Amino acid sequence: MAVQVRGEVLDIRRVGQYHVLSMVAPGVAENAKPGNFVAINVGGEHSSMLLRRAFSIYRTDQRGVYGGTVDIVFSVAGPGTAWLAERTRHDVIDVVGPLGRPFVLPAEPVPCVLIGGGYGAAPLFSLAEKLRERGCRVDFVLGASTEDRIFGALEAKRISQSIAITTEDGSLGERGRVTDVLPRVIERADSAVLYACGPMGMLQAVAKTAERYGIHSQCAVEEAMACGVGVCMTCVMPVVGDDGQTRMVRSCVEGPVFRGDRVRWSEVGTVPDDVIGSIAWTQAVNDSRFSGPLPVAVEEPELIDDDVAAASEELS
Amino acid sequence: MTSLRLTVKTNESDPLPEIDMSTHLGLLDLKNPILTASGCAAAGRELDQFFDITTLGGIVTKSVMQNPRSGRPTPRMAETPSGMLNSIGLQGPGIDSFIEKDLAWLSERGATTVVSIAGGSVEEFARVAGKLRLAEGVSGIEVNISCPNVESRGEVFACDPVAAAEVITAVRRNTAPNIPVLAKLSPDVTDIVAVAQAVVAAGADGLSMINTTLGMVINTETMRPALAGITGGLSGPAIRPMAVRCVWQVHQAMPEVPILGMGGIRTGLDALEFILAGASAVSVGTTIFHDPTAPARIRDELTRAIAERGFETLIDAIGYAHREPDVELAPTGPAFVEFEQALDDDQADVDL
Ligand SMILES: Cc1cc2nc3c(=O)[nH]c(=O)nc-3n(C[C@H](O)[C@H](O)[C@H](O)COP(=O)(O)OP(=O)(O)OC[C@H]3O[C@@H](n4cnc5c(N)ncnc54)[C@H](O)[C@@H]3O)c2cc1C
Ligand SMILES: Cc1cc2nc3c(=O)[nH]c(=O)nc-3n(C[C@H](O)[C@H](O)[C@H](O)COP(=O)(O)O)c2cc1C
Ligand code: FES
Repeated sequence: MAVQVRGEVLDIRRVGQYHVLSMVAPGVAENAKPGNFVAINVGGEHSSMLLRRAFSIYRTDQRGVYGGTVDIVFSVAGPGTAWLAERTRHDVIDVVGPLGRPFVLPAEPVPCVLIGGGYGAAPLFSLAEKLRERGCRVDFVLGASTEDRIFGALEAKRISQSIAITTEDGSLGERGRVTDVLPRVIERADSAVLYACGPMGMLQAVAKTAERYGIHSQCAVEEAMACGVGVCMTCVMPVVGDDGQTRMVRSCVEGPVFRGDRVRWSEVGTVPDDVIGSIAWTQAVNDSRFSGPLPVAVEEPELIDDDVAAASEELS
Repeated sequence: MTSLRLTVKTNESDPLPEIDMSTHLGLLDLKNPILTASGCAAAGRELDQFFDITTLGGIVTKSVMQNPRSGRPTPRMAETPSGMLNSIGLQGPGIDSFIEKDLAWLSERGATTVVSIAGGSVEEFARVAGKLRLAEGVSGIEVNISCPNVESRGEVFACDPVAAAEVITAVRRNTAPNIPVLAKLSPDVTDIVAVAQAVVAAGADGLSMINTTLGMVINTETMRPALAGITGGLSGPAIRPMAVRCVWQVHQAMPEVPILGMGGIRTGLDALEFILAGASAVSVGTTIFHDPTAPARIRDELTRAIAERGFETLIDAIGYAHREPDVELAPTGPAFVEFEQALDDDQADVDL
């Protein structure tokens, strides 16, 4: 269950290209699980930026001196994150969280690879701790465009069996992308589950790799969100359900973590024709079942004008 | 050690003034005038974790159509100054699933529920209303004739008084007489009063206004429209003055017709503007995305604002801004009396 609290900035510091912001946010830390996110108001009380900004939860501490604390890692992408980067200790920020579905943990102590793209590494450290508590082997793969966008390499090293780093310019680790080194890591560790957070393209490639090896993948997506709490329907993606049907599901409440094999990655940003309720689906249902304009029309009772007329007479 | 000024957000500070905030929209009695706006609160369940939704005047649910509907591709939203554009395309589960799951939940929860319905044809509106007539837990129907997002046939009923009236006639005929039917109007018309008159003549018991106004954002990086749907509905405080104007004009023309006002309400004073312009109740929409507890907060802020202005009941404030200009032509009031007094005293002091 999520709460809305007036959090207070404890600390904000630069790490490479990123800012790490720690805040006291009672009620958020206590319920957070790896993969949850928070939604933060930006611009102050009278801000003209109405929509909350979503950030993965990097770390929580339930026993902070001032109450539960939550840390996030972010890069400045526009005016909202620029405002956030200017906060200083004691500033108040309005936080909603924890939100979304967390990563699902394996029941057995199986080897897992945690793959982070840029700030997408943020939610993986608390996940690694949870996995290790269960006796899982943890290997890390971190990737980014440049060295200063690799987040948490030391921390990853400390809590994992191995770490591989890729940068697109070769400034740190291997030149290339995470999926260039991923097969090697999987083969060496005989991994059973891939956990990934990062840009959509990376997630798609990770999910494909998992499929190729016949292993499980859990991907935390990032889709534009207006509300973050499930009421607005802006954050939808085509995802296949247990029944094999694709639906446009809300990534803020049914995600952000999805099974990699369930997301129709190459169709994100579209409404595939076989989605329930798509224009094509509605057309097909109409064509195959009925000649009338609406699929369930023939099951309908007749329009009930007479009853209404009778009832009106009774009333008047 | 420095101490932290930590405050957990709550809605209670001073006790609320005890004034009668109840109101009604036609036959629908509301315990207070704050509702949620359609499409901004889903079917209430998600918001219930932030505040007790049964303490609101009511929940207006996301517009529901006959069949499941997947809506538009993403991106579906773009933030704009003090507002946002949305192009959801009426994604929803269809009326049967809505009744079975969402309405059943709301009813069990004890919320006052106004069901918003949409359709691509007059017949569809009629059928959806017919289904609701047989369902439990419907306190009112809001007819979304104004959504600019509807893809099917591209019709916007609300922009044509004749088409709008046809829809309302059909819905009214298929709705139990004790359930009020509210027609939701679009501001994207030349003469909103004409549309209001047409739907009231067709049997609407009240009017919801306003829906979003059509807008567009172009992404200057991709140099293409920001929304997959190209255009979208603009909402939020950016449209509030337009909404207040619409409520004012329609209340002036038809003071007896109840209005559910909305458009950019962010605070209790914003809500008060709508009440003073003639709304009997208000809906909070986009602000929920900013502040999920906003409806409860705005309810309390409005209660205080009404009491502070000396009203004994909310109903006394409805349309109060339309009152005749104050009649006394000569300036009066304490400031002026003091000024005169000062003049007199001055004169007394002057040694002639
Ligand atoms: C579940 C989730 C987790 C995220 N975690 C992180 C994180 O840990 N660290 C981090 O730096 N960023 C994260 N992001 C992205 C972050 O929310 C955006 O960078 C931020 O909203 C940009 O706001 P802005 O005002 O600076 O930029 P602008 O581009 O001016 O924002 C304009 C609008 O677009 C939305 N928007 C812009 N970029 C994104 C984006 N990439 N994803 C979603 N919405 C966007 C904003 O919310 C806002 O409504 C996450 C996003 C999601 C959905
Ligand atoms: C994301 C979103 C979805 C909406 N969906 C609907 C809808 O399904 N039916 C409807 O009648 N209005 C819908 N609206 C319009 C709102 O109910 C309201 O009329 C409008 O947004 C103005 O109020 P606001 O500024 O407080 O949001 C939607 C608005 C938004 C922002
Ligand atoms: S962001 Fe509003 S429903 Fe997901």
